[in-house]
Amino acid sequence: MIGEGLHSTNQRKHSYVQDHVEVGFFTDPSVCIGCKACEVACKEWNQVPDDGFTWTGNSYDNTGHLGASTWRHVMFLEQDRQKGDQIAGPMSLGDQDPFRWVFLSDVCKHCEDAGCLEACPTGSIVRTETGTVFVQDDVCNGCGYCVVSCPFGVIDRRPEPLPNAGGAFKCTFCYDRQKSGLVPACAKVCPTESIVFGRLDDLRAQGAKRVQQLQEAGYSDAQLYDPTETSVRGIHAFFLILGEPEAYGLPPKPQIPTIYLKSAWTAAFATAIVSIIATLLAFAFSS
Amino acid sequence: MNASASEKRLEQLREKAWQEGVVPGRGVDVIGGPIPRKPGYYGEPVVKPPVWTWEVPLYFFFGGIAGMSAVIALAALLFHHVDLARAAMWLAAIAGAILSPILLIMDLGRPHLFLNMLRVFKHRSAMSMGAWILTAFGACAVPGLIALELHAHQIFPGTLDQLLSFAAGIFIFGAAIFGTLLATYTGVLIGATAIPAWFLHRTLLPIHFGTAGLGSAAAVLELLGHRIPALNFIGFYAAAVETALLIWLSVAKHGAADRAIHEHGSGWLIRIGEVFNGPLALLLRFFGFIPWAAISFLAGALVSRIGWLAVGKVSGADPEAVFASQR
Repeated sequence: MIGEGLHSTNQRKHSYVQDHVEVGFFTDPSVCIGCKACEVACKEWNQVPDDGFTWTGNSYDNTGHLGASTWRHVMFLEQDRQKGDQIAGPMSLGDQDPFRWVFLSDVCKHCEDAGCLEACPTGSIVRTETGTVFVQDDVCNGCGYCVVSCPFGVIDRRPEPLPNAGGAFKCTFCYDRQKSGLVPACAKVCPTESIVFGRLDDLRAQGAKRVQQLQEAGYSDAQLYDPTETSVRGIHAFFLILGEPEAYGLPPKPQIPTIYLKSAWTAAFATAIVSIIATLLAFAFSS
Repeated sequence: MNASASEKRLEQLREKAWQEGVVPGRGVDVIGGPIPRKPGYYGEPVVKPPVWTWEVPLYFFFGGIAGMSAVIALAALLFHHVDLARAAMWLAAIAGAILSPILLIMDLGRPHLFLNMLRVFKHRSAMSMGAWILTAFGACAVPGLIALELHAHQIFPGTLDQLLSFAAGIFIFGAAIFGTLLATYTGVLIGATAIPAWFLHRTLLPIHFGTAGLGSAAAVLELLGHRIPALNFIGFYAAAVETALLIWLSVAKHGAADRAIHEHGSGWLIRIGEVFNGPLALLLRFFGFIPWAAISFLAGALVSRIGWLAVGKVSGADPEAVFASQR
């Protein structure tokens, strides 16, 4: 956490993989400065190809959204001044601020019950020792079912002519670094510790504390985004947000699509049985 | 867009802003200030639209025909229409064991790894179940067809022929069971996703895909010259069910959550398809224009499947639909 310096969980070596400790990311936009170092570090460490040099015109965000070649995405929200105060401390212009600027580094949520993992027909997507969700690239055959099964729109199939095209890609939670006791690249490089890596239960406590701090400071719309109440049952990479989740393109009540299976299969089995009966009746009556 | 083209676009926008004070266009939202007015985060999709291409609706179409052909073959065998059973099994084998796997493999991002589909068995993944259903169907339909043909041509004498006849019955029964699942699971496949227009209609989709498969199988067999009352009855049944589904779809509206179906062009594909395989096919069949009813049904079954895929792409890219489906 902020001010802990070398004692921060973002700097320490760890043995979470060996000890089977549930880990997480806590991403706090109230200290994010929008430097995009996390995006760059992620690309460099994981050797992710470019995602197009397009100019979106959406504030300072030319990344757009998470995808096959974008595993960290810094959002630049320009919110209505009425929504709340600028988080700028002594730099704030007070009432003169034309709008409230919020930066948030988005990432794969690593759901407790993951839509992509359940949907994967090859077993390419697995749960790691630390509770994160990992795509084994050499197993993935690019069926694309995880893409429509992710309630957060994170995972995507990489198009031609990029390297390793055809497979599905998303944040690996730097599983390779974690196995060696290193901190994920994005958290390691974050200069303000807006991205904190650590034990999930510790982070949840830290997050709750930070929300309380901000609310006491007058940011009454500060809240944690961690959908534990829905069928996703919580996420390993959770966020502090100011205002509604919709403004960040986060679904307010994300659901894992497997909850729809029961009614859909019931309809399928009913149709199967009725079709056989109808066909037999057709032949019985006309013979 | 490469870097220089991007710079050029920036220059154009600056020029326009200088001259007119306002720059409309994608991602350029400066009118009246910097506050984004698009839904969600600058209108970016919340869930990812499907990456599937034209192979997938065609697979739904042929998979439906193949699966339900095996059901017709089984009934035909039971009621001693051997020629019809043979034609239906040929249809099942060609559409289900040749065309369907080819289309499915073509749609993969890495076609050479298609066998990885059979690495695991996951009952909670409709894609995994589908891969196994298609495999099981092929493993029943092809031997079933071979045994039936050998039996029909009386290639082997006596006991062996009786054995073949028995084997044909068993395999065709298996093909019929897996066939009904092959025709209906595709509705589960797209119904159990995060795409609002799909999961909101997850009970309608398997009924539609399965019944369209049954009607299409009967229609192809009729067009192949098997004009028997039983197939006509199946044609009536399928068209009547599709008519009911068309009414259901127009009644069960979910507002912004499934507006891709009711307000977007791709929704028209579904409705036009449903008109062709529903009321129009029913009417043509009622007045005895059987081949035209069959053609109308087949066209409708194909067009509505293309429509459902297209609607998924539109609905998945619409952030407001996702928000509306969760409120």
